[in-house]
Amino acid sequence: MNQPRIDLSPPVSDEIRKTTCYMCACRCGINVHLKSGPDGKDRVSYIEGNRDHPVNKGVICAKGASGIMQVTAPSRLGTPLRRVGPRGSGAFEPISWDEALALAVSWMKPLRETAPEKFAFFTGRDQSQSFTGWWAQQFGTPNYAAHGGFCSVNMAAGGIYTLGGAFWEFGQPDWERTKLFVMFGVAEDHDSNPIKIGLGKLKARGARVIGVNPIRTGYNAVADDWYGITPGTDGLMVLSLINCLFQAGKIDLEYLARYTNAPLLINETEGPEKGLILKNAETQPFVIDKRTGQPAPWDGQGVQPDLGAVYQGHRTVFQHMAMRYLAPEYAPEAVAERCGIPAERIHALASELARVAFDESIEIDQPWTDFRGDRHEKMTGRPVSFHAMRGISAHSNGFQTARALHLLQIVLGTVEVPGGYRFKPPYPKPVEAHPTPHFVTVPGKPLSGPHLGYVRGPEQLALLPDGSPARIDKAFSWENPFSAHGMMHMVIPNAHAGDPYRIDTLFLYMANMAWNSSMNTGAVMAMLTEKGPDGEYLIPRIIYSDAYASEMVAYADLILPDTTYLERHDCISLLDRPISEPGAAGDSIRWPVVEPDRPGQEGVRGFQSVLLDLGVRLGLPGMTKEDGSAKFKDYADYIVNHIRRPGVGPLIGFRGAEGNKEGRGEANPDQMQAYIDNGGFYQAHVPQEALFYKPWNKAYQDWAVATSFYESPQPYLFNIWSEPMRRFQLAAEGHGAIQPPDHLRARLKLAMDPLPIWTPPSGDLEAKGWGYPVHALTQRPMDMYHSWGTQNAWLRQIRGMNFLYLPTKIWQEHGFEEGDYARVISPNGGITVPVAHMAALNENTVWTWNAIGKRKGAWGLDEGASEAKEGFLLNHLISELLPERGDGQRWSNSDPVTGQAAWFDLRVRLEKVGKRSQSEPQFPALKLVVPKGRARS
Amino acid sequence: MTTLPQSTTTKLGLVIDMDTCVGCQACVTACKGWNDQGYGAPLSDQDPYGANPSGTFLNRVHSYQITPEDAAPIIVNLPRSCLHCEDAPCVTVCPTGASYKRAEDGIVLVNEDACIGCGLCAWACPYGAREMDADAGVMKKCTLCVDRIYNENLPEIDREPACVRACPTGARHFGDFADPDSKVSLLSAERGGIALMPELGTRPVNLYLPPRPKDMMTASPLAPLLDIRASGFAGWLDKILGKIG
Repeated sequence: MNQPRIDLSPPVSDEIRKTTCYMCACRCGINVHLKSGPDGKDRVSYIEGNRDHPVNKGVICAKGASGIMQVTAPSRLGTPLRRVGPRGSGAFEPISWDEALALAVSWMKPLRETAPEKFAFFTGRDQSQSFTGWWAQQFGTPNYAAHGGFCSVNMAAGGIYTLGGAFWEFGQPDWERTKLFVMFGVAEDHDSNPIKIGLGKLKARGARVIGVNPIRTGYNAVADDWYGITPGTDGLMVLSLINCLFQAGKIDLEYLARYTNAPLLINETEGPEKGLILKNAETQPFVIDKRTGQPAPWDGQGVQPDLGAVYQGHRTVFQHMAMRYLAPEYAPEAVAERCGIPAERIHALASELARVAFDESIEIDQPWTDFRGDRHEKMTGRPVSFHAMRGISAHSNGFQTARALHLLQIVLGTVEVPGGYRFKPPYPKPVEAHPTPHFVTVPGKPLSGPHLGYVRGPEQLALLPDGSPARIDKAFSWENPFSAHGMMHMVIPNAHAGDPYRIDTLFLYMANMAWNSSMNTGAVMAMLTEKGPDGEYLIPRIIYSDAYASEMVAYADLILPDTTYLERHDCISLLDRPISEPGAAGDSIRWPVVEPDRPGQEGVRGFQSVLLDLGVRLGLPGMTKEDGSAKFKDYADYIVNHIRRPGVGPLIGFRGAEGNKEGRGEANPDQMQAYIDNGGFYQAHVPQEALFYKPWNKAYQDWAVATSFYESPQPYLFNIWSEPMRRFQLAAEGHGAIQPPDHLRARLKLAMDPLPIWTPPSGDLEAKGWGYPVHALTQRPMDMYHSWGTQNAWLRQIRGMNFLYLPTKIWQEHGFEEGDYARVISPNGGITVPVAHMAALNENTVWTWNAIGKRKGAWGLDEGASEAKEGFLLNHLISELLPERGDGQRWSNSDPVTGQAAWFDLRVRLEKVGKRSQSEPQFPALKLVVPKGRARS
Repeated sequence: MTTLPQSTTTKLGLVIDMDTCVGCQACVTACKGWNDQGYGAPLSDQDPYGANPSGTFLNRVHSYQITPEDAAPIIVNLPRSCLHCEDAPCVTVCPTGASYKRAEDGIVLVNEDACIGCGLCAWACPYGAREMDADAGVMKKCTLCVDRIYNENLPEIDREPACVRACPTGARHFGDFADPDSKVSLLSAERGGIALMPELGTRPVNLYLPPRPKDMMTASPLAPLLDIRASGFAGWLDKILGKIG
């Protein structure tokens, strides 16, 4: 037989450059292969995962492996643009960078000098927020945040206020040792590769995986058991699990006594201190020592805190917990119907959690010393771990639900122990180690500190002297006191309404607010284009920076075109959202592995370098020298040379003149090259003795100080009872000088309960009797991220349109057939969309893939593209305000604690409309700002 | 007609774990990326930004929904590519000898120089594993990354198919099924690896590990500490706190 000879060792590429992916928020390491093109220029030929990288360890996802189609996408912007037609029409003229920056400065400079709050700066992609926040601070506006408010602030804040860390970037399961892993509300995006790698490890060793999710796709599809819970009731089921564990006495009392505030005493004296932690004469909390029966310091050596103590009538937090969670209202039989889960299944899950945590506990032979000075010979682990994401946080009860889930981890004793959930440095970090919000403006001056932070009491709210909100998004106001990430989804509605005040210039970065990133998309488009009686737009000026021709581009007055992710410098910093692992702090960079190339056009610039340029033109401190010249040549120069605190800069690796200092050290001019040579990242490894029990482990605390996370050791107790929350309840009860408006008192009393509770999502109240019986959700597919995916030539062939998936009950009830469309109606309006049947789904829930739907004319796609024709958004059905309920108020559709957008509270009803050829609503096609994409380049 | 080798001493192929595959599509685009610039003609796309985009893929993931009578419905993800069959009907049907099975390792390949684009092999393949490239007019199929697995320009650890290297869950395994001690042979033996449509007699080399049985936990051996209604909260507290020494 004649087999052809084939070359089995062809050359792979001319060069490999290692950088960081940006196709989602995972920040995996990638090897970008380059080949020289016919013109001699480097071309990206292939992208694979970097095996040495801590995040992805060599693997890559569908998006990452399609990055080459992102770098060559026809929808890339190529030049600064100035609006020439009506806003929203998409009529622009190309201008030079000098013109563009001069125009921006002519708008921004007078605002800085007279009323800095009239300039609002919000970033959708938020991975350089230690830089963008610092920039906004130098400008002096109080109006800055990233997108966390409409994404997952409940998850972050619920975790910080309880544990000093949360899931995803804050911590992860001990994949190597856990024997039982339970996911709540985890779609396939956050986080992507690390969870897939982790699930793979569990599957390889036969560990058990349980999914709690109304939808059984992706990770939930491979789970060994599935709890198809009713949306918004996760917190109720979690508290029911806690009820079962309390009933059976299956709780880790030793852990509760040593590492949590369960043994602290709650002040029972009527008055302004009631419900706060009882303090001694030195204003320190204390415990009752079991050895003596007497008060003792909470952190005293050898102290054995008594969970059952009663001291002068004051009881421990533990007793308050027991009274609440032993109550019959949390019994499985009482919650089963509401959760859509039979009582026996809740009992069984509790039983399995207890069995694995207590009967299969593990030990590591590693002595360690705790913050009390007590030495332990071994590290004991309870190999049960959890992960949760937007499915539980994007509800109006999400903050308390996240707290409830952390409480479940705590009572099982599984946090920061082998086999459980582990923090990633710089976490653990208690509320006290975080800043509080800064918001006081002085024209021409910087803000006195960072915008975002963790409020401890009413005195830290961002309120003006007259009690009105200081921020345009009303973050840190009585309506949502703990809005730690700001509330980007309220910026446009509030600015449009002039409530709490009017702004002049809105500056947005990579935030598709005229499409999939806003609730109530059609109304938001109208807000962006509405004019006042003076003929001026109600939001007078909008500057937008994006790399692609997204829907939002058409709604800006000035476009500053950004580079793609392979053409830029970036810094994934310990100061904001690092890439740490439980065993190592980590940070990384991006660098231009190919030069931006937009032939025949003005060209694009990395957004952060443009911000620095604007800063110099505005004379902002920190980035401008005394002679008015630039302190930093560009963002790369800033990354290397910016000093945040003495010895601390954006990157922890290769510091110092010799490039050998870790964490702390003077700036090293060769640091960027050192990162590039190291594969684009750096890791500082946690010492063996410090790998677990981090909040209480002396060795960890010392290492954390040395590595620059804090200035002094910060051991703390987990806050089962949240004192900051109780302070807001006290205010609502009439105590204290700073008082909430009367109409918010009842809501604050309920929402700010210091012990985790469950309340029905506000969408449920609305649904009662109004005829919206069905829950409607979205989730993001693993192969598409936000709107950035569907322009991708390869990814859109995999998922070029979305259906509304209907459970069997609804499918049959309405007699739907393949190819049908449905009218989906919420209190906010209706949409007409294609439907498909899916059995593996909670029987009262419908769902679709997020952000596949496009507006005609956007993203360089043909107007007939399926994304634009049949694809759709659920956003039209969701309002940022709830309907009036007879109390004269239109409450915001968000969590009353954090302001988190309650996307998943949505309730709808469905009608069959038969065959259609396109979804509704349709909007007029946008004028193309880039040439329509044709063949692949 | 083209003949198959009598037998091959090495049988390279994949074993894919359906208990672990989450359907993330990473293998699909990693394959597209490598093979777009690898063996043979690029994997072209037609109308990539238009109303009806289509293109050549050597590996696609399909999701199937299964609704058992007595258990909750499940979704199973099935990545599909050439199975490198021992009795490959796509080879024997080829009129020009372009389709062939390599004697040394069993990989089924298309010699694009000899391919006339008649499409008979795609008709013959019962698994739908071959795609005609609309630009190049030649038949494309999984090469098991024949230009990676022996490639001396790659580090040894990377000499595996692009889909295997990419797979985030580690659901894809590559190796020699002729070696009973190889990882793929051991995994298939341990987990009951199955061939797709064995009744057709194509004898696929690639095997699939079936999903492990899913169960529905209902048993609860947790016993209450005591009857709280009888003992009251204080009784519960005494009892539980008595547990710590």
